[in-house]
Amino acid sequence: MAAATLHIDVVSAEESIYSGEAEFVVLPGEAGELGVYPRHTPLITRIRAGAVRIKPAGGGEEDLIFVAGGLLEVQPTVVTVLADTAIRGADLDEARANEALKKAEEARGRARDKQEVAAVEAEIAALAAQLTALRRFRQR
Amino acid sequence: MASTKEIRVKIRSVESTRKITRAMQMVAASKMRRSQERMRASRPYGEKIRNLAAHMSHSNPEYRHPFLIQRQSVKRIGIIVVSTDKGLCGGMNVNALRLALREMRRWETQGVEVEVCAIGGRALGFMQRLGANVVSYVTQLGDRPVMEMLLGAVKVILDAYIDERIDRLWIVYTRFVNTMKQEPVIEQLLPLAGERLGAPEGLWDYIYEPEAQTVIDAAMTRYIEALIHQAIAENMASEQAARMVAMKAASDNAGALIDELTLIYNKNRQAAITREIAEIVGGAAAV
Repeated sequence: MAAATLHIDVVSAEESIYSGEAEFVVLPGEAGELGVYPRHTPLITRIRAGAVRIKPAGGGEEDLIFVAGGLLEVQPTVVTVLADTAIRGADLDEARANEALKKAEEARGRARDKQEVAAVEAEIAALAAQLTALRRFRQR
Repeated sequence: MASTKEIRVKIRSVESTRKITRAMQMVAASKMRRSQERMRASRPYGEKIRNLAAHMSHSNPEYRHPFLIQRQSVKRIGIIVVSTDKGLCGGMNVNALRLALREMRRWETQGVEVEVCAIGGRALGFMQRLGANVVSYVTQLGDRPVMEMLLGAVKVILDAYIDERIDRLWIVYTRFVNTMKQEPVIEQLLPLAGERLGAPEGLWDYIYEPEAQTVIDAAMTRYIEALIHQAIAENMASEQAARMVAMKAASDNAGALIDELTLIYNKNRQAAITREIAEIVGGAAAV
């Protein structure tokens, strides 16, 4: 395999994690481990949480990167891993959304409490003012 | 005229205020650099996922993701309002919130209901005082936008769109133009305009695993999330820049105030001395 290398990019929404040339890479595909050599057929798949093993071009130590899942795009000379920064899953996401909803609900309740408290306080203040006016009126 | 002692106390208090505003200015300056780097660091992901999503929806015309379908009637809309958690950053939040408010009023006069997703303490407080329908919120984001914190709140509003509870989704945030200039902007997130997604670079067929639809769904959701994340990152850079400028102005004003007060203080002191001399001279003459 003369001069055939893969350009590997691992990026997440928060930062660029890895960028470099490699001769072989192993990824945790959704349907199972995936090994990619240069000149691979274009492929798109989701990946699970796991380790990405990168064998850099020109030998050297294997690089290990942990990803929390995400998307993988393979082109003949480029491999792009769009990594998630959080572990995802339909159930997990659902749970997060429900939690957010509950939090908003509670906050709305609190806001309503505050509004009610303010309304009651205003009423009390008005009553107190009436009372003092009445007292003054009687003193005369 | 105020007594000498009163002026001295006042000068001291303004000086200590200036110390604080100076410190905040310097903290904001160093945080700004980091938040700008973070803003740039999240761009490649957005660009790549955009390209991927564009590519896939071009090569799979038979499947139209809900995010791409333009709905004719608009009964309810969603709006994501991005603000800061803390104040003391000039008029930045006020401007963004005003923009959001104007948009909300515009729809409400047409009889369209508005759902709000508040990001940042300021937006949440404002929307609650307004009595807006806040369906989800995130506060206390800290100095860096962490995706994990956003997911729940964002999913609530994206689900609302997919379930057709809302028909449009906007995002309001403050765009970072440069250190001196930040401007509030409102952008339509959903439905995704075709132009916004853009044309893909190059066309080739991919193998999809497990199938195109699930992969497109995942990519679309992530693309929207990336856009929101990017908006928050910009907002954070804007926050630090705005705070730096506001605190610099405050420090400068404190300096001017101190100068003025010192002048009055010296005049007062001199007047007192003159008076004392006059009294002594008068007293000596009487003896």
